[in-house]
Amino acid sequence: MDQNSILDRVKKEFPDLVLETHSRLGQDTVIISKSGIVEIARFLKEDEKLKFNMLADLTAVDYWKEKPRFEVVYHFLSMENKLRLRVKARVEESDCEIPTLSGLWPGANWYEREVFDMFGIRFTGHPDLKRILMYPDFEGHPLRKDYPKTRHQPLVEYRELNLHGNENTTTSRKKEND
Amino acid sequence: MTDRLDQDNTFFEQTGKREMFVNFGPSHPSMHGVIRIKLIADGEFVKKTEIDIGYLHRGFEKECESCPYPNGFPYTDRLNYVSPLINNFGFAKAVEDLMGLTVPERGEYIRVIMSELSRITDHLTCVGACTMELGAFTAFLYMMKAREWLYEVIESVTGAHLTVSYARIGGVKADLPEGFSEHCLKSLSDVSGVLDEIDVLMTRNRIFYDRTRDVGVMTREEAIAYGVTGPFLRSTGIDYDVRKAFPYHVYDRFDFEIPVGWRGDNYDRYLVRMEEMRQSIRIIRQALDTIPPGPTSVDSEGNVINAAAMADLGKTGRTKNLINLEARVEPTLEGSEKRIHAQVRDACRKAGLPPKDQTYTNIESLMNHFKIVMDGHGVRPPKGETYSFVEGGNGELGFYVVSDGTDHPWRVRCRPPCFPIMSGLHNILEKGQIADIVATFGTVNMIAGELDR
Repeated sequence: MDQNSILDRVKKEFPDLVLETHSRLGQDTVIISKSGIVEIARFLKEDEKLKFNMLADLTAVDYWKEKPRFEVVYHFLSMENKLRLRVKARVEESDCEIPTLSGLWPGANWYEREVFDMFGIRFTGHPDLKRILMYPDFEGHPLRKDYPKTRHQPLVEYRELNLHGNENTTTSRKKEND
Repeated sequence: MTDRLDQDNTFFEQTGKREMFVNFGPSHPSMHGVIRIKLIADGEFVKKTEIDIGYLHRGFEKECESCPYPNGFPYTDRLNYVSPLINNFGFAKAVEDLMGLTVPERGEYIRVIMSELSRITDHLTCVGACTMELGAFTAFLYMMKAREWLYEVIESVTGAHLTVSYARIGGVKADLPEGFSEHCLKSLSDVSGVLDEIDVLMTRNRIFYDRTRDVGVMTREEAIAYGVTGPFLRSTGIDYDVRKAFPYHVYDRFDFEIPVGWRGDNYDRYLVRMEEMRQSIRIIRQALDTIPPGPTSVDSEGNVINAAAMADLGKTGRTKNLINLEARVEPTLEGSEKRIHAQVRDACRKAGLPPKDQTYTNIESLMNHFKIVMDGHGVRPPKGETYSFVEGGNGELGFYVVSDGTDHPWRVRCRPPCFPIMSGLHNILEKGQIADIVATFGTVNMIAGELDR
């Protein structure tokens, strides 16, 4: 299977859903509109020639101050043909949703939970969308660019070292930050 | 005995409950790292499990995005802390791909040697810990001893046991020390002896065999559906290894084999790891035989040519060797030739840090070092994105890096190889007993550092 023919094939199959294709740095990339992700992923997985049988990675990028703000990035791997394909879909901040792929690859379940945890993008149809790395009552989504790196949300209040024997030196850094 | 069982049944009838909720972790002695398994047990059998991760989340990605590119290396050491060198090289490779840099041959050979040493330490840790949890404390001690010999080899090169930070963008920190080859070969033959001993102790050990054979079985279809790679996938019979499928560094020059299992159970995973260590030793021996002399990083030995000549080379596409050259930019009456020079994509030759002895002794290197390390001055890959991957100890370790043209990466995503394994682990635990969790979890080789980042 030739490198160029993957992009052509996908473009021909879904002329309305594919917005742009390129292979910069030798990595084939398809940019699609988010409504078509399940359809295109199913095609990539089940097509006799392509056989992209593994979802190697699923992540998102926050292009802060651009519109649409988020981009969900999928990396597919075809073990038989030794091919890789990147599929990207833009997601608006106001409509922060994209269909889930967990019906096609059960491995997408945790990746999507992580993206939801870190970016706040909701995956419609996901069986159990909840935080995975952060704790349940964490506020905000840490990998968004407008989440400051210095913001602390400790589960247990910080205790400061009491060197002078004074009382009431326990302070909450969380309060200072807010 | 029967009386007691009857009593148990009446107990269940009285309480109306047959199943019991068990908390396994977060700090259970058999857990390598902090992780919690919530399970519903029916007697000894596991009915349902839910895996809870995130106890070691340190914001690796956020930290990387808020510092210049070269400053990301110390963070990568802390991902998979049993094989930190592979993480180093994985991140370096991603940035190099983004910049279009080619590492000099000697640098690539050193990377291969150090990666394979790390793979052996990784597998030694995994197999050692797994056997210890099944009661074989001797095997664990032997393997830790062998690991220590290899850590000494790594320390003689990098200066540290674990927090190595050995990779640099465009090469490695320093050349191999004097007498490295002899030291390494000696350690490898010692390790090889330990592997033979472990083979005798464990492979046909009745207890070990019974506890691992047909326990924790994952089918091929499941493994692919969950995105599992590495020894875990190979134990199910699929020969996917990044080193063979998508050769990087100089792996295509070595003769080695990819061991595969058949049943996808714990015993197969043990066998695959044992054989992979032997194959790694094979690779290192070949690499030490054929390692060429020369520079280890792009920049450490650069020839100087005219900037206009360099631009011409770049225009005709002959960029492969440009990275070893340094341009002499001459101010002319019209201004400077810098303008032409900037068109060449390899203009970011100044990516690798100068050697430390140079930094401390001459002003040019010190300035170079400053310009690369200081916030707002450093390496600026052109705008773009790349997904680079290497074969880590547990499988495909990927780095997805997005550059916006500044000296900070816009996005760094690490694809940890044990994340997909953990996402599918509940499937294989639910087929077994509570005691099997320990055996299965040992062969998964979960490293919380890379799982939670």
